[in-house]
Amino acid sequence: MSKTQLPGIIKKAKDKLQANWVQQQFDAVGMRRDLIKTDELTKQSGDFLNQFLAGVESGNMVDIKSPAWAPALEFLNTISRQRERMGFSPSETAQFVFSLKEPLFAQLRTDLKGSPDELIEEMNSATALLDKLGLYVTEVFQSAREDVIKRQQEEMLELSTPVVKMWDGIVALPLIGTLDSARTSVVMESLLQRIVETGSEIAIIDITGVPTVDTLVAQHLLKTVAAARLMGADCIISGIRPQIAQTMVHLAIDLSAVTTKASLAEALKVALQRTGHRVVRDVDVK
Amino acid sequence: MPTLKSEVLPVVSENDIVYVRQAVRKWAIEIKCSLVDQTKVVTAASELARNLLIYGGGGEVTLVHLQEGIRNGLRVIFADQGPGIPDIEQALKDGFTSGKGMGLGLGGAKRLVNEFDIESEVNKGTRITITKWR
Amino acid sequence: MQDRIPILHMGSCLLVTIQVDMHDRLALQLQDDLTERISSTGAKGVLIDISSLEMVDSFIGRVLGNISSMARVLDAKTVVVGMQPAVAITLVELGLSLVGVSTALNVEKGMKLLANA
Repeated sequence: MSKTQLPGIIKKAKDKLQANWVQQQFDAVGMRRDLIKTDELTKQSGDFLNQFLAGVESGNMVDIKSPAWAPALEFLNTISRQRERMGFSPSETAQFVFSLKEPLFAQLRTDLKGSPDELIEEMNSATALLDKLGLYVTEVFQSAREDVIKRQQEEMLELSTPVVKMWDGIVALPLIGTLDSARTSVVMESLLQRIVETGSEIAIIDITGVPTVDTLVAQHLLKTVAAARLMGADCIISGIRPQIAQTMVHLAIDLSAVTTKASLAEALKVALQRTGHRVVRDVDVK
Repeated sequence: MPTLKSEVLPVVSENDIVYVRQAVRKWAIEIKCSLVDQTKVVTAASELARNLLIYGGGGEVTLVHLQEGIRNGLRVIFADQGPGIPDIEQALKDGFTSGKGMGLGLGGAKRLVNEFDIESEVNKGTRITITKWR
Repeated sequence: MQDRIPILHMGSCLLVTIQVDMHDRLALQLQDDLTERISSTGAKGVLIDISSLEMVDSFIGRVLGNISSMARVLDAKTVVVGMQPAVAITLVELGLSLVGVSTALNVEKGMKLLANA
């Protein structure tokens, strides 16, 4: 492949290219004029054009992961994340790069009018390059979204794990909602952590609010009981509804090593007894 | 999958098992593993480093920091030129032991990590690769 | 690395606090030293504090189990105290439940357990 003429062409017509490109972006269907101002877009376009020029000047038209393209990628990374936060859609964000094609090709057509072979070659390599950069923008956009989702998931998990102190030396974990593997392990970790912090010898895991218990969840429960025992604390599982008791037996889940109680009240009673307390009613004493 | 950095540690004595544990702990903290995940991967590494020493006659442990998209991972490779494992499936079963262990080494280590891969050839050596993703 | 883990004598109990990342020989040394001391002092209880241990693998787990069994033969009760949650979760996942080893949340509760035995 002969040496690309793109740098020269871009450098010569940079101002015109930039103006056309900005115009192009504003004219495009779905341009979010509500989200971005003219001068900001003009500045972003100018900056990227400079970095794009630096990239093509390196002569590397294939590998955008090469060092020469690092500043351009860095810039696109910032733009992409920024637009994600501002509420642009992925395609609206990628449009920033793709819309450069039209003004750039128009310029190529003018400058290389006499040599159709060269024109085609330059257009091909420019297309390939801009496609790669455009895809990069989409990728960054996607990963910015994934970061947000991940953070929210983690926050949600933390919110859904209240370990409450019932009495001196007794903590309880009222589980509510469906338990999947990830949630169960987070919940169990925070229970064990609270056992250490409060120095509680007894932990009650109440599953009244859990609609179903499958083999995996049961295993997690049993593992938690085993881990608590290694730390020196006992677990009581309470709130096992009749249907869940049936499923557990059908699934051959062995709970014989664990104290189970039908209700949280029953569990608390046992826990108080074990920690040396007695609950009496005044009227009964008299 | 891009590899960010790697480090090789020799395992020829019992003290090296401790060094492997410390190095794995340090790297797991670097990729921001949770405390439980750190402990799991360190424990798995301890088991496998001991196997390397006792059954493989010593060898090399390689730590690799991986990145795949937004995921960071820690890969640890245990390679020896020992007698190899004739029956891998059996070796992975809990309770199986050919030496003085409790027979929890391989199967147990496998449960502590996200990916576990084992290649072994009799009289040539064994290569075990574990990966913990953050 | 050749140093030993100190064993404290308190009343009729022996107290061990493991604070270093033990290599295997050190763990076996502790096992020897402890059985030796139980027999020479006639101690009735052994308390092993592992709250600063960041990891227990099958080897250390086995040593803890052995100490407990050997002490029982010598008529002493063993309590392992202060295991960290992350360590406990990992041990369970590893498949080790330390059957026969008594546990307590901290030294104080462990002492109470030994006193009541």
